[in-house]
Amino acid sequence: MDNIIQIKNVNKFYGTTIKKQVLFDVNIGFKKGSFNAIIGQSGSGKSTLLNIMGTLDNPSDGDVYINHQKTTAMDKNQLADLRNKTIGFIFQFHYLLPEFTVQENILMPYAISNRIASSAILEKADYLMDMMGLTTVKNNLATQLSGGQQQRTAIARALMNQPKIILADEPTGNLDSETSENVYQLLREINETFKTTFIIITHDPRIAEKTDRIVEIKDGKIHSDFIK
Amino acid sequence: MKLAFNIALRFLNSNKGQTFLIILGIAIGVSVQVFIGSLIQGLQKDLINTTIGNSPQITVLSALEDKTIGQWEGKIDTIKNSKEKITALSPTASFPGFIAFNKQTEPVLLRGFDLSKADSIYGITQSIYEGMPPTRKNDVLIGKELRDTLSLNIGDTITILTPTRKSQTMTITGFYDIKVASINQSWVITPIHTVQSLFEINNKITGIEIQVAEVFEADTIASHIDLLLGQNDLLKISNWKDQNQQLLSGLQGQSVSSIMIQVFVLIAVILGIASVLAISVLQKSRQIGILKAMGVKDFTASLIFLFQGFLLGIMGSILGIALGLLLAFSFTLFAINPDGTPVVALYINYGFVTISAIIAILSSTLAALIPAIKSSKLSPMEVIKNG
Repeated sequence: MDNIIQIKNVNKFYGTTIKKQVLFDVNIGFKKGSFNAIIGQSGSGKSTLLNIMGTLDNPSDGDVYINHQKTTAMDKNQLADLRNKTIGFIFQFHYLLPEFTVQENILMPYAISNRIASSAILEKADYLMDMMGLTTVKNNLATQLSGGQQQRTAIARALMNQPKIILADEPTGNLDSETSENVYQLLREINETFKTTFIIITHDPRIAEKTDRIVEIKDGKIHSDFIK
Repeated sequence: MKLAFNIALRFLNSNKGQTFLIILGIAIGVSVQVFIGSLIQGLQKDLINTTIGNSPQITVLSALEDKTIGQWEGKIDTIKNSKEKITALSPTASFPGFIAFNKQTEPVLLRGFDLSKADSIYGITQSIYEGMPPTRKNDVLIGKELRDTLSLNIGDTITILTPTRKSQTMTITGFYDIKVASINQSWVITPIHTVQSLFEINNKITGIEIQVAEVFEADTIASHIDLLLGQNDLLKISNWKDQNQQLLSGLQGQSVSSIMIQVFVLIAVILGIASVLAISVLQKSRQIGILKAMGVKDFTASLIFLFQGFLLGIMGSILGIALGLLLAFSFTLFAINPDGTPVVALYINYGFVTISAIIAILSSTLAALIPAIKSSKLSPMEVIKNG
């Protein structure tokens, strides 16, 4: 089995005095190059699962393997490096850096691990901006963009280092249905072009339907796992 | 490093009002330091100049009963070759005596100098306001006050009496005024061989007078010279610091209080920067969280704030030095004596200004340490969970 992400017996508790269990003994793997949806009600634990897969959060016990590497054994700097090179994040709230322009935001993941951007890298950023329809706003500050433009900038940023995995938490959550449809088309295209593994949390049943696999989380457990 | 620097620059630039306020805070601190420091140093320099500028700072005297020093040329060479920064070196033969003129007698100190050498200490030639310097044997120069007491004129012949009851007539060639009444009243200045022959000491002298570049090191230089000359039973060496303990403790008190003021200003500046940057970490926690999610390491995240402190320190120092110098300059322009000279002469010590700037930059960076640690500890989860 070529699983790029493998979750083994993961439990997650929150709180120190009053402990609340959010994930119960979760076991799941995602295949390389697959396009997956995670659905579930608010508070079901789906975001927690995504954050644990993204190494932003630690499991209380159990193990996480990314690209066959055991992340629970890594230190903070190794995790930062892993995130920078292997994982791209797209959040519901775009989380751009308001002090930087569209182009600079997109180049940021590259700048984090490298010194100077070569012309090839700048061309790549141009290509991504072109793909996302951002060329005209390239030098705008992140605050001078529409909601859709901001979200597309965040997607372009997630793609910059050509990560093997993209984790998206309701990427179209605050966009209108037409823009949502466009964003979804984009993600699908990227999946097909770059063979990037996608794991998308969504409330939107129309998006979930178009993925290869739908995992439903309920009360911190995997309730159903439907592979097309 | 470069990334952290660029982000720091962008953060500072994105909040210009706040950035300007911190820079102004640092600048005012630095300007107070530069101003107070320059003022106190100018004051001390003035005070030292008037107190010891026109007198020897180290004196080599005889320990013998006849108060003479023999083979003094060799000793002067030894002092010259001592590698200490000596600015003036003058042999002198001086004895007390009496001056008699027109049935009036006054006690005097007959001072035999090599005028070309003594001038670099006392500035005698420049202080002659009437007549000529004494060049021949038994020529003398009389001070302003003594002239008034005895109503003397150029060309008058006076008689000098020694304690051993010898007497010698001498001719007045001019009058000096070195602005110290007691000296003007008592010193009768003459070529060194006049004294040597009157007191029958052959080629011997009674003292070597020395000025040094670093007046505050006079005591260590004096003991070094003592060591080099090495004739403890024949010579005694004194320096101005031993003879002016009260002035020294006054100057020291002044320096200490000036340092105290500067330290407290510095503490206020550090607290100001630390608190503003601490708030800035809260303001920027969202950005730090995103950067960390994208793979920025904790150390880089803390560097962002250290660089902010460093940059603020540099800009604050530059502005502060400009303000401080302006303040010092206007002080010399507006706080003036009735004759138009400044109350305290402006003394700008570039070394001190540089040190003030370096201290300000270092403390600004240090003040950014707490925010930097906070930034390093921030978890991206906090930001993502709270939206």
